[in-house]
Amino acid sequence: MDECGLVTIELTLNGGCVRLEVDPGERLLDTLRDRLGLKGTKEGCGEGECGACTVLMDGVPVNSCLVPIVQARGKRIETIESVDRAQLSALLDSGATQCGACTPGVVMSAAWVMQHPELLHTHGLRELMAGNLCRCTGYDGIIGGLAAAIEAGLARKSEGEG
Amino acid sequence: MLSEAGGQATLLGGTTDLFVHWPERMLDADGVFIDLSGVGALRAHRWEDEALVLGGLTTFWDIIQDERADREMPVLVQAARTVGAVQIQTRGTWAGNIANASPAADGVAALMVRDAVVELTSCDGIETIRLDEFYLGYKQMRLRRDQIITSIRVPRQSCSVERFIKVGTRQAQAISKIGVAIAQSQAGWRIVANSVAPAVCRCRTVERALDDRVPLPHVDALVELLGSDVSPIDDIRSTAAYRRGVLARVLYHELAPLCEWVGPQRGAS
Ligand SMILES: Cc1cc2nc3c(=O)[nH]c(=O)nc-3n(C[C@H](O)[C@H](O)[C@H](O)COP(=O)(O)OP(=O)(O)OC[C@H]3O[C@@H](n4cnc5c(N)ncnc54)[C@H](O)[C@@H]3O)c2cc1C
Ligand code: FES
Ligand code: FES
Repeated sequence: MDECGLVTIELTLNGGCVRLEVDPGERLLDTLRDRLGLKGTKEGCGEGECGACTVLMDGVPVNSCLVPIVQARGKRIETIESVDRAQLSALLDSGATQCGACTPGVVMSAAWVMQHPELLHTHGLRELMAGNLCRCTGYDGIIGGLAAAIEAGLARKSEGEG
Repeated sequence: MLSEAGGQATLLGGTTDLFVHWPERMLDADGVFIDLSGVGALRAHRWEDEALVLGGLTTFWDIIQDERADREMPVLVQAARTVGAVQIQTRGTWAGNIANASPAADGVAALMVRDAVVELTSCDGIETIRLDEFYLGYKQMRLRRDQIITSIRVPRQSCSVERFIKVGTRQAQAISKIGVAIAQSQAGWRIVANSVAPAVCRCRTVERALDDRVPLPHVDALVELLGSDVSPIDDIRSTAAYRRGVLARVLYHELAPLCEWVGPQRGAS
């Protein structure tokens, strides 16, 4: 730590290495949006309730509003900017989004579930997505769209294998 | 380091409590923060012959993902799955849940029902305290500012009954209105309730009645026993009497199928 209280932090962001001089108590959300210009991640509540700020940290969803940047040191962070749109078309075509405020967070949680279909052995989609609040869609669109996207992903995979 | 900071430092665990309303909150704190996440050894949990040992940074999600925990200690997994939602479970730690000392702590209820013991480490050495003797009052506990919760030992005694039930406004993402953990093992019955007293607590009068097979023919009998066990906090979430009533009904509903002495007595007319 230097005399201004800044620390040097390295992390892997969307596959690339990033090095920063920051206040260790800065929220990961603010680092992403204000310092790195990645505005896709949104702030809703700022208190861990809504999930609009969801990013993947070392492969699991976290609320970036509750992560001090010092704890992202050496971690792998993935944001909405890294997501392959084609993979999500079923989700986005199904009425999973209206005003869009929740969508970046929904997409990150959905992308995680799609990467880990084994989660569905123990968890239902609604439980896995419960950390992403949506005021508009009533959730059926999100859950239905995600189910369809998982199906489509599995179909693509078996085509690829077959 | 903690003692160097004059016992004034705040430890950062998963920061799901500490970072709410950040950075305004930072101004209230004493200024020195120590990040535990760099201490890799604190994260892992391990299975010993006698106990599951959680580290000071073991998260709820670490345990939800452990199939052995699901098999051997389902009450831990059940409670962990009700904490916030996945984004909170992946960051929130069991130790943070204990040290935050909320009367509504779900993880604490599940650990306490299994007779967990916390291990506190400071420069002076290691101290171990049973979780059911750890809290002294609202946000008061036997944890000094220079101590770190380095592990939590959960004995591997097998339970014939163990479950966690949460009655809240929403299943996920709600600080529980009431959570109750129930277990029975060779050590006897354990009933642990949250949100009904200044800290999570065992309902020892009810436990004793169950151990002695005292007939509890209707819900009112439980309401009465609970009267000496809990002192509900009147806050905006719900009133004291309401909470005690809910707790009694949940217990009655859960226990009646398990204990023939709970519920309408056979042979009675
Ligand atoms: C949206 C939301 C929903 C939530 N829902 C629930 C819920 O349903 N049920 C529930 O029980 N909780 C809930 N919580 C509260 C919180 O997630 C838990 O209490 C969690 O276990 C806190 O752990 P942490 O590691 O994030 O703690 P932190 O925020 O890092 O720390 C909390 C306190 O513990 C201290 N501390 C942390 N680790 C240690 C250690 N090893 N030794 C000594 N002191 C330590 C810190 O200094 C601090 O005082 C919720 C929080 C949010 C934001
Ligand atoms: S902004 Fe982070 S959870 Fe709402
Ligand atoms: S689409 Fe508007 S909040 Fe979800």
